[in-house]
Amino acid sequence: MKISCTLNGTRIELSVPADRRVVDLLREDLGLTGTKESCGAGDCGACTILVDGESRLSCLMLAAQLEGREITTVEGLAESESVHVVQRAFAEQGAVQCGFCTPGMLLAATDLLHRNPRPSRGQIREAVTGNLCRCTGYQKIVDAVDKAARLVSGDES
Amino acid sequence: MSDVHLPRHLKDVWPLLLNDPRAAVYAGGTDLLAKVRSADARPRSLVCLERVEELKGVRDDGEEVYIGAGTALEHVLHNPIIEKQFPVLVQAIRVLASPAVRHMGTIGGNIVTASPAGDTLPPLHVLDADVVVRSAKETRRASLASFIRGPGKVDLGSGEILAAVVVKKTAGFNIHHYEKVGKRKAQACAVASMAAIVDVSEDRVIRRARFAWGSVGPTVIVVPEVERAVLGRTLSMETLREAACIAESAVSPIDDLRASASYRRRLAGALLLRLCALQANNPSQEH
Repeated sequence: MKISCTLNGTRIELSVPADRRVVDLLREDLGLTGTKESCGAGDCGACTILVDGESRLSCLMLAAQLEGREITTVEGLAESESVHVVQRAFAEQGAVQCGFCTPGMLLAATDLLHRNPRPSRGQIREAVTGNLCRCTGYQKIVDAVDKAARLVSGDES
Repeated sequence: MSDVHLPRHLKDVWPLLLNDPRAAVYAGGTDLLAKVRSADARPRSLVCLERVEELKGVRDDGEEVYIGAGTALEHVLHNPIIEKQFPVLVQAIRVLASPAVRHMGTIGGNIVTASPAGDTLPPLHVLDADVVVRSAKETRRASLASFIRGPGKVDLGSGEILAAVVVKKTAGFNIHHYEKVGKRKAQACAVASMAAIVDVSEDRVIRRARFAWGSVGPTVIVVPEVERAVLGRTLSMETLREAACIAESAVSPIDDLRASASYRRRLAGALLLRLCALQANNPSQEH
């Protein structure tokens, strides 16, 4: 079927099977391998993307569901060539080790900061509950989101 | 390959169900699409209800609150009417899966999936919720308790969909409580869960109480003997210990990969004891 949507700020038209999983469409058809797949069942959060600004799991969405939507993957998080403030905070705080969970974490954190620009550490922990990280122990990820929140809200530069 | 249909209005849903009575109907897809992936389900066509406008939103109807079945769980969680009227439901949704799953999954999906561990089910039971079922020809209303027939089984006929859940405002229950025990805090199926709404006087005498347990039977377990045993008594550890004994003998848990039946039985009682530590407030009069 033909699908029109906005992907990372660009209007695109796709011709794909209606029941193709969004994660396969992104990674295999469009070469956007920043989005990861781990469990394929909604348990790990590695495939998190933003659809109309809300975090969703691309392993549990079908291509047909993208019609008319705005999709953001990790590749589209930063505008132009710079890095997004959440990405910068992750790098500075050492919140990335193997990196496999990082795209999902970044998008889950971005979703949180849209809804709540000044989250508490508890709210940050709740926001990334669906994103599993097996390297960091989460502490530095929470530090990074906390730092990003302060940067976004202008409490720190 | 399956056809995927995304109707925008209810009138567009009915012909799809008529054309393929075995079509798999889903809203968020968090349950169904995981099953399709693991080949437990191989539908010829999929009907996705996530864009059907008539199925979305929360409406205050005065005596009761109408929650469209297609309302995403995250939107139910942050709805001011729900927050004010039904804290027990808010507490349950807050520990259901994760934000991304709650952006996709809907309250109707959680009901129709009819998992013994479904987090919205114990709170909706204590709130005495009804469901609204629609088809091309009729709209009918039934109690949630009668709608859920067993694990994964609901009373939906061919051509019918769950359109809404309707919850009566229950003034005066000044303790709302939901707790689940799982392998971890988030993204975990309940090993056992309990929803409670209790109306206690200023000197903590129990005037009314409703309890419902999840994951300790094929569907939500309600034990009227427990509710009778605490009426008129002080909300104390002594009262709750007696009630816990009754609850433990009334539930019918199973052994599975998450826990043993005997552990679940003990939890069903232990979850009641938590109520002793809770302070009463009146949710319907909060500002």
